[in-house]
Amino acid sequence: MANTAVVVDESSANPWGGGVAPMKASYGKLMMWFFLLSDAFTFSALLITYGMIRYSHPAYEGAISDFAFSQEYWPIPEMVFEAVPFLHGVHAPLVFVGIMTFILILSSVTMVLAVEAGHRMDRKGVEKWMLWTIIGGITFLGCQAWEWSHFIHGADMSKNVGSNLIQGANLSINQYGPSNFAALFFFITGFHGFHVFSGVVINFIIFYQATVGILERRGHYEMVEKVGLYWHFVDLVWVFVFTFFYLV
Amino acid sequence: MSVADIQVEEHLAHDDHGDHHEQSFISKYIFSTDHKTIAKQFLITGIIWAIIGGALSVIFRLQLGFPEMQLEWLRPILGKWITEGGKLDSEFYLALVTMHGTIMVFFVLTAGLSGTFSNFLIPLQIGARDMASGFMNMLSYWFFFLSSVIMFVSLFLETGPAGGGWTVYPPLSALPQAIAGSGAGMTLWLVSMVFFIASTLLGGINYITTVINMRTEGLSFSRLPLTIWAFFITAVIGLLSFPVLVAAALLLVFDRSFGTSFYLSEIYINGEALPNVGGSPILYQHLFWFLGHPEVYIVILPALGITSEIISTNSRKPIFGYRAMIGSILAIAFLSFIVWAHHMFVTGLNPFLGSIFMFLTLIIAVPSAVKAFNYITTMWKGNIVFTPAMLFSIGLVSFFISGGLTGLFLGNSAVDITLHDTYFVVAHFHLVMGSASFFGLLAGVYHWFPKMFGRMMDERLGYIHFWSTFVGVYLVFFPLHYIGIAGFPRRYYSFTSFDAFSSFADLNSFVSLAAILTFGAQFIFLFNFFFSIYKGRKAPKNPWNSNTLEWTTPELPGHGNWPGAIPKVYRWPYDYSKPGSESDFIPQHIPYSQTPESNLPHEAELAKKEEISQVNESK
Repeated sequence: MANTAVVVDESSANPWGGGVAPMKASYGKLMMWFFLLSDAFTFSALLITYGMIRYSHPAYEGAISDFAFSQEYWPIPEMVFEAVPFLHGVHAPLVFVGIMTFILILSSVTMVLAVEAGHRMDRKGVEKWMLWTIIGGITFLGCQAWEWSHFIHGADMSKNVGSNLIQGANLSINQYGPSNFAALFFFITGFHGFHVFSGVVINFIIFYQATVGILERRGHYEMVEKVGLYWHFVDLVWVFVFTFFYLV
Repeated sequence: MSVADIQVEEHLAHDDHGDHHEQSFISKYIFSTDHKTIAKQFLITGIIWAIIGGALSVIFRLQLGFPEMQLEWLRPILGKWITEGGKLDSEFYLALVTMHGTIMVFFVLTAGLSGTFSNFLIPLQIGARDMASGFMNMLSYWFFFLSSVIMFVSLFLETGPAGGGWTVYPPLSALPQAIAGSGAGMTLWLVSMVFFIASTLLGGINYITTVINMRTEGLSFSRLPLTIWAFFITAVIGLLSFPVLVAAALLLVFDRSFGTSFYLSEIYINGEALPNVGGSPILYQHLFWFLGHPEVYIVILPALGITSEIISTNSRKPIFGYRAMIGSILAIAFLSFIVWAHHMFVTGLNPFLGSIFMFLTLIIAVPSAVKAFNYITTMWKGNIVFTPAMLFSIGLVSFFISGGLTGLFLGNSAVDITLHDTYFVVAHFHLVMGSASFFGLLAGVYHWFPKMFGRMMDERLGYIHFWSTFVGVYLVFFPLHYIGIAGFPRRYYSFTSFDAFSSFADLNSFVSLAAILTFGAQFIFLFNFFFSIYKGRKAPKNPWNSNTLEWTTPELPGHGNWPGAIPKVYRWPYDYSKPGSESDFIPQHIPYSQTPESNLPHEAELAKKEEISQVNESK
């Protein structure tokens, strides 16, 4: 058998010649990449939908200091998302969502550390960093729950103009602006939140498998890498969602 | 490399429990992870759906061809969908066309075609023991099964199945109060499609990774059979377009059930103004056709791949322009993503944008013509063997050309203004995509039946089936062009309501008769298929003298496909009638060093390298 290793033929020179994994990646990792590619198209479709509906509505024209909620124009995000827990009545535009984003990105960092620990076959390290990643994910979901709850219950009625007597938001009507503003907010951040939730669940499964030693017995921590890919993707998508909803 | 290790381990594991491992009935035939069993499951389910989809079309053809006919005799099946006067209910007519389209496009020609042949042929032709993930492959089938059950159940709802056309455009589909077919049937349609897409995704990811990672030694992409190229690219198209349909469908679910207005704005229904404002139904069309157009290539490309293989084998000639065939598959796949708005020329699309989409659409004629000419030049002066599979492949080429030509008319935005949503469109896509792809499916079944079931299908019945179907399809769809040019819109319940079209009554009766006969001819196939599974003549190992790897497996390949080592590949799959060679085919696993009499100069060089490596191995 040792002799076959010295065989010189064209296929061993060419990684695409068959008989080997040409991208030096296992099928499982390739599958994750292709799934993410597919999922990226779902999110792209949703964000394009957001863009199209957003720009079919007029924007607010006046000075920011005079801004008030109205069904007539798309609201300015920093006037909508300005609340922070325990700081009632304080105008802190985008502070809370900034914290959320920071937490999610931090959880990506801890995921990188978990993958790195896996490469070293460091079981304790994998356990520690996976746990931190899970905590980061749960914290993000908790923050999102608070933000949704605040959004649903509504801001001060005095910010409304004209005959706008609505407080809070649901899928068909909201105080902040045109009905699709809240509908898209719920749909897209909800769809993303569902991805984060699934990520937390699979992270937990892998954390459990690492803890009871399944991955160590398998001889490699590739599963950590695979869920890591998914987790980074979910974070990356959030960056786009954040940009579209809060910054533009 | 840990990567290679995993695969090696798997192969060993497969080898270990090769033949003498008894499986229970459930793990062998129901929840099987074997790609061959899963392929058969897809095939049988697809056949059942094809019968249902075909039967629905016969029912509405009765209405169109014989509007005065008493349909009282259908009451035992259709119940209250037959009105007091013994006529077909007009809203149920809409449900019939919707379900016919949905079933044929998605369940028969996507799942039934790709699901069967990608599953069956990818591992066999690339020299793999099984798919990359047998478990995901099994899930893929069972998601499809679940989606099938939901769609089937919707046929029996009191309000009927979905009725807004297979494209389910809002606002019609978004408002349950609009028609009966937008009620619970529409909800089930959407739920079923979500599971269907999950199934396609699981299958597609598997096909792609299997082709990339698990080709046997020597099988580079430039030696890959064109079937595999077609399945591979089809899976890529599906992977990128179906997720957009998920997004569109979920937004529609929210509009229907949770009060959002993504697709709705300023609508009056029954004199009542709806509160929805700010959405756009055109948005749905963009999202839908971003899937919908690639979908027609998802349907036709596997059929073209199958045809390439069958035509080359049965012409006893190499495929003409192998690289051009690959190039045209890639070009079609690329173009499929940037032409979707040609379905929307009359939605108020900016005419300038329309001309861009027209330009891109017409470019598709180039790779399509490359394929058509290559089929013809492959057969040119070939030593043609007219097996039923070969006849169906030639039939496919015929439909692809005659249906493709009308695509040039419809792709022109100016001409499309008159022809849009008429029977001309119906005739066009039924020929180029429906019948062509259906013929590809049948050709594949006739050709690979021996490897699937270890027995041969009856040839004579195959010929009868071919000629009646081939002639029947033209008799059905050719007249529809004239009805379409005359301006009759598709999906209308009755021709006789308009004087302008009463002169087409005879033609319509003729089309309906032809449709019924063509549908009837399929039962010849069904008999042949199920009879041959049990009673057919035993198949030899390589009945068509074909080159690809699946014919090196035993008559009825078991779990793991090859009893011994996986064969290596030394040449491309189309060495038919090679000058100098005694036999008129040289299979892919025969090294060049064994065929010195027929080697070309550069192949003689490769043969020397093979000899060196064999010396090394024997040391």
